[in-house]
This record gives sequence, C-alpha cells and structure tokens, in this order.
Amino acid sequence: MPAVSKGDGMRGLAVFISDIRNCKSKEAEIKRINKELANIRSKFKGDKALDGYSKKKYVCKLLFIFLLGHDIDFGHMEAVNLLSSNRYTEKQIGYLFISVLVNSNSELIRLINNAIKNDLASRNPTFMGLALHCIASVGSREMAEAFAGEIPKVLVAGDTMDSVKQSAALCLLRLYRTSPDLVPMGDWTSRVVHLLNDQHLGVVTAATSLITTLAQKNPEEFKTSVSLAVSRLSRIVTSASTDLQDYTYYFVPAPWLSVKLLRLLQCYPPPEDPAVRGRLTECLETILNKAQEPPKSKKVQHSNAKNAVLFEAISLIIHHDSEPNLLVRACNQLGQFLQHRETNLRYLALESMCTLASSEFSHEAVKTHIETVINALKTERDVSVRQRAVDLLYAMCDRSNAPQIVAEMLSYLETADYSIREEIVLKVAILAEKYAVDYTWYVDTILNLIRIAGDYVSEEVWYRVIQIVINRDDVQGYAAKTVFEALQAPACHENLVKVGGYILGEFGNLIAGDPRSSPLIQFNLLHSKFHLCSVPTRALLLSTYIKFVNLFPEVKPTIQDVLRSDSQLRNADVELQQRAVEYLRLSTVASTDILATVLEEMPPFPERESSILAKLKKKKGPSTVTDLEDTKRERSVDVNGGPEPAPASTSAMSTPSPSADLLGLGAAPPAPAGPPPSSGGGGLLVDVFSDSASVVAPLAPGSEDNFARFVCKNNGVLFENQLLQIGLKSEFRQNLGRMFIFYGNKTSTQFLNFTPTLICSDDLQPNLNLQTKPVDPTVEGGAQVQQVVNIECVSDFTEAPVLNIQFRYGGTFQNVSVQLPITLNKFFQPTEMASQDFFQRWKQLSNPQQEVQNIFKAKHPMDTEVTKAKIIGFGSALLEEVDPNPANFVGAGIIHTKTTQIGCLLRLEPNLQAQMYRLTLRTSKEAVSQRLCELLSAQF
Amino acid sequence: MRLKRLGELCKRREGLEIRFILIQNRAGKTRLAKWYMQFDDDEKQKLIEEVHAVVTVRDAKHTNFVEFRNFKIIYRRYAGLYFCICVDVNDNNLAYLEAIHNFVEVLNEYFHNVCELDLVFNFYKVYTVVDEMFLAGEIRETSQTKVLKQLLMLQSLE
Repeated sequence: MPAVSKGDGMRGLAVFISDIRNCKSKEAEIKRINKELANIRSKFKGDKALDGYSKKKYVCKLLFIFLLGHDIDFGHMEAVNLLSSNRYTEKQIGYLFISVLVNSNSELIRLINNAIKNDLASRNPTFMGLALHCIASVGSREMAEAFAGEIPKVLVAGDTMDSVKQSAALCLLRLYRTSPDLVPMGDWTSRVVHLLNDQHLGVVTAATSLITTLAQKNPEEFKTSVSLAVSRLSRIVTSASTDLQDYTYYFVPAPWLSVKLLRLLQCYPPPEDPAVRGRLTECLETILNKAQEPPKSKKVQHSNAKNAVLFEAISLIIHHDSEPNLLVRACNQLGQFLQHRETNLRYLALESMCTLASSEFSHEAVKTHIETVINALKTERDVSVRQRAVDLLYAMCDRSNAPQIVAEMLSYLETADYSIREEIVLKVAILAEKYAVDYTWYVDTILNLIRIAGDYVSEEVWYRVIQIVINRDDVQGYAAKTVFEALQAPACHENLVKVGGYILGEFGNLIAGDPRSSPLIQFNLLHSKFHLCSVPTRALLLSTYIKFVNLFPEVKPTIQDVLRSDSQLRNADVELQQRAVEYLRLSTVASTDILATVLEEMPPFPERESSILAKLKKKKGPSTVTDLEDTKRERSVDVNGGPEPAPASTSAMSTPSPSADLLGLGAAPPAPAGPPPSSGGGGLLVDVFSDSASVVAPLAPGSEDNFARFVCKNNGVLFENQLLQIGLKSEFRQNLGRMFIFYGNKTSTQFLNFTPTLICSDDLQPNLNLQTKPVDPTVEGGAQVQQVVNIECVSDFTEAPVLNIQFRYGGTFQNVSVQLPITLNKFFQPTEMASQDFFQRWKQLSNPQQEVQNIFKAKHPMDTEVTKAKIIGFGSALLEEVDPNPANFVGAGIIHTKTTQIGCLLRLEPNLQAQMYRLTLRTSKEAVSQRLCELLSAQF
Repeated sequence: MRLKRLGELCKRREGLEIRFILIQNRAGKTRLAKWYMQFDDDEKQKLIEEVHAVVTVRDAKHTNFVEFRNFKIIYRRYAGLYFCICVDVNDNNLAYLEAIHNFVEVLNEYFHNVCELDLVFNFYKVYTVVDEMFLAGEIRETSQTKVLKQLLMLQSLE
C-alpha cells in the first residue's frame, strides 16, 4: 500500500480501501460500505467536535464511496467546513469533494462562494489555486455571478504569481464558456493579449487558450493577438531544441503551445501586415522543413509531438487557403504519410487531405494519390481508416476520375462494414449523378448499388433514379431494358422491384417490341415478385399494372383477372383493396381516351437540389458536406471557365417527395410550392379569416423584449427559434441608415420559398422609407443569407416596421413576424454643450407640450456605468458636470429627419432608495418628446 | 465579418476542448474520471461503459483515435490501464495523444514507478496532478519539471 508506506496518507482511509478491495462479492462490498457510512454518520452527529484531520479523513472516505458509484446524501456541510481550514490538505479534500459532488443547494453555494472569496483574497498562491480550480471545475452560473468580475483582476494584477495566473486564465475561460454575458469585457482584455509575451511559457499556454476562445466571439477586440502570436511562434520554431528547457518535449520545443498558437491564428484571415505575414510564412515553411529532417530521436513521442505541430500548421495553411506553394507542400508531406508504417499517421493524413482536396490550389495535387488511397480502402485493418479513405475519395472525385472512384467504392461496398454502408451508398449515388457524362452509366451504377447493398439504399436514392430517368428521355429505353434484365435474377432486392415496377410502368413500351420482353413477359416477371413484397411495394405494383392496361391493351384481360382475384379485391389491407377495386373499375368503364389521359406518362420533376445530398449532410453534419460541395462547385466553374455542362447542373435538382404512387391516389397531393395562399386564393380557409392581402403571423413571443434590447445597440441576435436565427447589424448617420439582416438556417434541411417582407403601417409609411432587394428563395441547411435594408427617416415616427418571414421547411409552412428595431433615437446626433448652454436651452423649452416626464420603477440593477452606457447607446451626448446633482444624468442631441432637425434635451434622476427613476424629455415637438421618453424609459 | 461570426457561433457554441478524461482498467473499473462538461450521474455511467466498450476491442494495429458520438476519444494503453481523453472532432489528435503520455510520465515520477494501486489508494492526489496539467478542459501546464516542483511543494504542506 504505497500511500501508507509514504507515511503521508490517511491510515483509516487506506485500511478502508483495502477492505473494499478484499470484498469477495458485491454484497460484501455493500455491507462494508453501509457499516462505514453508519460509522461516519455517527461521528458527524456525535457530541465530540471532530478535529480537522478526522473530518478530512471521513469526507475523503465519503468521496471514495461516491466514486465507487454509491449515493451520498450527507457530509456536504463537513466538506464545506474543511474549506475554511488553514491546512492545505484539509482544504484540498474539501474542495475536491465540492468539485466532484456539485450540489445546487443554494444555502451551501453561498457558504462555498464565501470560502472561495476568502481564499481568493488570501494572497496565498496555494489557496488561491485551490479556489480557482474549484470555480473552473464547477463553473456554475452562481459562481460566474460571484466571481466573473473578480478573476480578470487577479489575472492581470502585476503581483500575481505565475501559477495563479495560469489558473485564473483558464478559470475565466470556463466562466466565459458557461456564462459569457457575465464576463465583462474591459481594460483587462488588452493586458491579457500581452500575456502572449510573458516569460513564463505556462502562462502563455493558458492565456492562448483563453484568447482563442474570446477571439472567436470578439475578433475585432483581440486582433492585436495575431502579430503577438506570430512572433511568439516564430521564436519557438526557430529555437534550438534545448533553448526552452522545461518546455522541450522529446527534442521538440513547446509542441502544445505551438499547436495552441496555430489554433489561435485560425480565428483570423491571413495577416494583412506584410511583415507579419512574411514572418508567419517563414514559420510555416520552417515547420514543413523540419518534417523532412532526420528525427532527433527514435522515440514515438518525438515524432508525435513534431507531427502534432505539423498537422496544426497544415490546418492553418488550409484555413488561409491563399498560398499555393504551401498548400502543395502540405499535400506532398501528407502524401508521404499515406504510406507511413504508423496507422495514426496514415489516418491523420487521409483526414487532413480531405480538406486539402477542396482547395483549388491543391485539388490536383491530392488527386495524384488516388492509387494509394484506393489501396488503403482495400488493405487497412482499422475500419476508421477505411472510412477516412472513403471520405477522401469522395472529396477528390471530379469528372476525370469519377468512373474509377465510383467503381472502387462499389466493389468496396461488397465487403464494407455494416456501420458505414449507408453512407457509402449515398456517396456513390451522389457522385454517380454529379459526374455522369453518360446516363446509362448512372443507371447501371444505381442498379448495382441496389444489387450489392439493397438494404442500405434509402428511399431518397431510388426516388432519385426515377426522377432522373423521367426527366431525361435519352436514357428511358436503356433504363427499361436494364431493370428488366436485373429483375430476371431469381432473388432481387425489393428496392429493385420498386424501381423496376415504376420504370416499366412508365417506359415498358420502349422495350415491348423485343419478343423477349413482350408486355405479357414484363407483366409476368413483375407479378412473380408481387407476393414476396411488402404492402407499399405491392401498392406500387398495382399502379404499374393499371399503367400496363393503358400501355398494352393486349394484357388488359390478364391484369383484370389479377385485380379481380379475392386476394386483391378482398385484401385485408385497405390501401391495396382500394387500389384493386378502383383500378379494376377504371379499366372496365373508362374509354381508351380517358385511360390515356388519366394514366399519362409522369411529367418531368422540377429541378431542385438532390435530396440525397441533404440526407448525407444530415448524416455527417451540415458543415462538412456543405463546405466541400460549395467550394468544389465554385472551383469547377472557375477551372472550366464556363458553366458546367448539363449533367452537373442536374446535381442541383431534386426530389419533390415522389410518392411511390403513380396516380397520387394514396396521399393528398403535395401542397403547391409557392407563397402561402394569398389574395385571390378563393375559398381557402386562411383567407376567410383574414382581410389583409397577405397572411402575416402575429408577432413572435418575446419579440417585444428583443426589440427593447436594440434601442440602445445596433448589433445582435433579433430572433431565434429552433429553425431560424435572425441577426442584425446596422449603422445610422444623420437621417439615413443601413441595416444588414442575417437569416441563418439552423437546420440541415433547406428552406424553400423563403420570403422576408418589410411591412410599414399606413401611419409609418410616409415617415420612414425602407428599401431592400428580395433574397434568394432557397436557404440551404446550415447556411446564412444576408439582406440589406436602406433606411431613410423622412419625418419623426412612433411605430416600428414589422419584418415578416415566410418559408417552407420540410412539409410545413412557417410564418414569423418580428418588430424591426428601427426607432426614432437611431437618428440622434449627440451634441456636447456646457452647463450654462444646457440650462438656457432647457428653459427655452418650457412650454408644457414640449416636456414629457415619466416616473418609473427600476427594472434592472441601478448601476451608474450601465446607465451611462445606455444613454450614450441611445444616441444622445452624455453631459458630465452639468447637473448640480452628480447622481443625475443629462444628455443632449439632435434628431435628424429629412424634413427637419429636432433638438432634444434629457435628464434622468435616479432615486436609489426608492429604486425609481424620473426621466424628463424636452424637445421642440411633443410627439418626439413622447416617443423618446417611452423608448428610453423601457431601458432601465 | 459578421457573417462568419454568426456561422461560427452556431458551430462552436459549446467549444470546450476536453470533454472528459478517463482512466480505466481492462475490466472496466474506473481509476479516474474528470468531467469538463455537465453530465448527470446516469449519463456519466453510460459514457464510462461506452468508452470501455469501444476502446478495449481495438488492438495495436488500430489508431489511437476513435469516433465517439459527436466527439472523438484519444486513448493510449499502459499495461492494464487505458488513458482516454474525449475531445471535439476537429481537435489535434497527436497533441492530446502526447498530452496523455506527458501526464503518465508525471504520474510515474510522482509515484516512483506508478502502478494501478497507486491510483486507487491516492485517488485524491491524482486529481491534484490532473488539475495542475489540465484545467477547464484545456492544457494548463506542460512542463514536467514545473508540475513536479509544484506537486512536491504541495506534498510538503501535508
């Protein structure tokens, strides 16, 4: 028992752990634990006060019991008591217990926070460290509320010890991640950036993580970190392997810090300053050069650390995507790794090359490795490596190599792991369609897919092949012949029967001239599969039969016999029975003309994005696939110097839910695509209830609150639900403004008929001019579209315009309305003036109609700084030392409209005791005073 | 600019780096579990079992990385113990793989040839070692010398 032998442990604890380990059964263990729990409980409840050591020991035992997986419902108070001990070991166990068994018991949280506060203020680095580690582990909102303001001070204080700085930086990072709203940005941010220059590399390591996270959300504010990070990185990569002493790991200087710095740089575009940019390029070249040098050690640790930096450098090169030379070098380096004896490196090289394939600079270089990748697909033992090989083949595929890649994927599919079959099927289907020069090849490929992996062929795939065949008459005869032949196989997959049934029903006539595939033979072939199929497929086949009645009058009696049989007419399944009855009746009563009209060939499908692609995106997460597809499409256009030939454009079309039902009898017809029923829609229900021309949803819940938040600021998220996020960014100057509206599709499915409309009421219209262009009606899954609104304030106004958004998501129609925060105060220009001027003007505006006053209760904490910021955000100047009472705030500004300018003075008097405000507005126009007073009152 | 930021916000909203660190033996007994993300107790137990199931079936010819739900596990086996770190899919695999080794070397030095039993009997000290090297899901300190110096200092306070 090492703990005991070292003489520093708790003997009782070691004995207890040994006892537990010696238990022969679960029951014995539970018995021993219950005995211990009883013992501890009695000690805690006993009259005799426990000394610190015993308390520590028992709390530690409870912790051990909890970690074994048993519930602990007492001891929290004793643990909290340990926090205020002056002995490190006792404090440590207390904090550990709290960190592991977080309890949201509010009473305890207060005590815990109190103890943390004392330790943070203790100036004892060990205690401060424990407190910070506890905050970083728990990271609750309560803790953020209590400490988010304090920690930045600890972090940047000049006398803070290095190790405390490290903990403080990461502690702050944790709080920022859990409660970003509670971490105030301030002077400390610029000082944090300068920690990148710190002498202590541990501090730099921790600070880099913090800065990276902050920079992701506030890139402007942390822009200066770029040049500092580059120079730090440069010093590291050019240092000799022993320069950094403690931070050299197996002859690699500061590998983790290098990785983190390279990650930080990935938050930004390539540096604009040529000197910084040059220095960064040198660093990246040095890293690539080092990869070619002979290793300084044979240990795997050496090469792993070196390659960790190399892969991160390659990520940065790909992220910048601007230096062809570096991209090609990166690709060559990865090419070497593809044949490395280490599986890890082969895996990572495949993964990394996948992103390189989507850069126009390196796509061709990646393609040269096709044979190696195909070989990996065939020989790798680890399925995750083979998966990466599939991904890479997909990414490097273009028209030149599509036949080879599709063939290899198909042959791999025969033996592929079940876990990745569906994905490969989708990929093959997409590539076959996208790069089909010859559609007979496409049809063959999809039929092969169904043959090899029918179970993994989702509906989207076979819907798609039918759509394409219907839309392209040059391939219909071939398709009919091919499915007919495929159906000859004694056992064929049900998906093949579906495709076969559908295609022969439409185009069976094209092969009926051949006596080997006469109408009767076609029918008998299909009907031989009928009884082995599921109900939906049988329903589809019944539709094929009635289509045959139209196509081939000579088989009509045979088909009528089949329909008339008991197994059809009296089928237990309602759908089948109905079809049999109706089709039989139709075939009996309808004239040839009517039959020909009713059973006419399907019209072409409208061209849309492939639903298979949508499905793959859903499987893989929207970001990966979209990016790849988009960049690739762009590139191929660039390279070819013209629009893609026909086949590629079909890749952007798709599946409007083709039901397996030829006649559309089974389901209600899909709602017509297009805007929702509007004027002239006739007797539609919505219209009956609405007297306006277009049906606008009522304002979304919470929209009022959101609106109020934008009165004093111009940027942020205006609206968000599960599908859609609306962000705003706006700028105003005098009586003009421009607003950027960002619509983000949060789903992986596209929005169709996406139509945002700006609505100004009759009262508002003459006073506010809004101009915008319509946006693209299709918003891809995960994508964001932008709309610019030009704003002109003609005259003062009160109401706000409404933004109505309508779109189709999946099968449902969505309708959202929010108030657009264009308010009168946006057209404020601040006016600075001295005390004397202010009061002189104040007196001039003493007419009772010019003044509006409001006394109201504070809705938010009454914080002077926040109030000041709000008044400035409101748009007026904040005049210091004007009001004789320093607690009051006064402001002045001019509202600019096209027709006139209106001077405004305001005064806000807080009453802390009563938690009330009095706000007075004086302007030359009553309506303006009124509106500004309303708007500003709602802010406090 | 704004466009990119909004997009990244969606993608990276919960951008913790390390989600959890687990040390398990071959039988599936947990020797250390450090969570950097909120999970309830049942979920933790499920994760522990799943990680054990995916990691133990792999052999030396496999990579040290395995996809796991929406994350990935970087793991390394030392005798009968599996050291596993769960991170985001786009994190740097090799950096974490070596972070594990760095951690193991510190444990080895601190416990003078560490063995599984050291981790059992000194579980409360192992947490201290972890916190010195990893904090808030990030790598905190990588210098073995500095970590060991700090650990010895703390040891002297006992």
